[in-house]
Amino acid sequence: MITEIAFWILAPVVVIAALSVVLLRDIFRAALLLILCFFTIAGIYITLNADFLAAVQVLIYVGAIGILLIFAVMLTRNIQQGNPFNRINGPALLLALLIMVTIISVVAVSDWPVIAEVPQQAVGVPVDEPTTGHIAEALFNKESGFVLPFEIASVLLLAALIGAVVLVRRRDKE
Amino acid sequence: MSLTIEHYLILSAVLFSIGLYGALAKRNAVAILMCIEIMLNAVNIAIVAFSRYLVPEVVVLTGHVFAIFIMTVAAAEAAVGLAIIIAIYRSRQSVDVEQMDLMKW
Repeated sequence: MITEIAFWILAPVVVIAALSVVLLRDIFRAALLLILCFFTIAGIYITLNADFLAAVQVLIYVGAIGILLIFAVMLTRNIQQGNPFNRINGPALLLALLIMVTIISVVAVSDWPVIAEVPQQAVGVPVDEPTTGHIAEALFNKESGFVLPFEIASVLLLAALIGAVVLVRRRDKE
Repeated sequence: MSLTIEHYLILSAVLFSIGLYGALAKRNAVAILMCIEIMLNAVNIAIVAFSRYLVPEVVVLTGHVFAIFIMTVAAAEAAVGLAIIIAIYRSRQSVDVEQMDLMKW
């Protein structure tokens, strides 16, 4: 019951925050509302029994990406220009609405093989246990784990780090 | 009325469409990057909802692992994307995507 109430509070907040990110004239306020949107999505993860993901969402999205976006807004802001729409505003709105209607109708007519209990319960683990250990099990077990993608992700992060440093380095000393 | 997978998938679809609309219709490159983050978050909600509600086949919580990988890639993408935008801003004094036509023939 408490989960339903939480969902019906969080879901409108997420949608309204995302809409204001798109519609607001002030890009800085849009960035702040995007951070609100990330926070409420962490709440949505909690209603889905994903406690570890909620913590990671707050750490990575609110903590890292939010601050990074605010820095970018501050560094590149043209105050008088604001956050306007471009020439294909109408067709873009039409396309987005079309895709939304398509996805929702497909979701509505599909017959999902839903289980009643939470996935941990299906293997005999109580539901109030944290998911962190199970995620580690899913990541690193020998038969169907994701050890190689995990290592590739670390290489990707290193490459992104070096790439970002190289891209914004001043070249006027050469 | 209890929550079903459809609630989460429809929320995800609405968020994805909002992000898509913004990514296509904005002129500020930073705003486009923000809308792409909204789209990635929408997909993450759908994946976690699938992981919560659908029948597990091989391992439980594989969806959570996928969401973690998406977050990793999103962090890398945001870092490199913002670096590119700042580099463009330095050379052209603008982040308007309609003026970024250096590679247009």
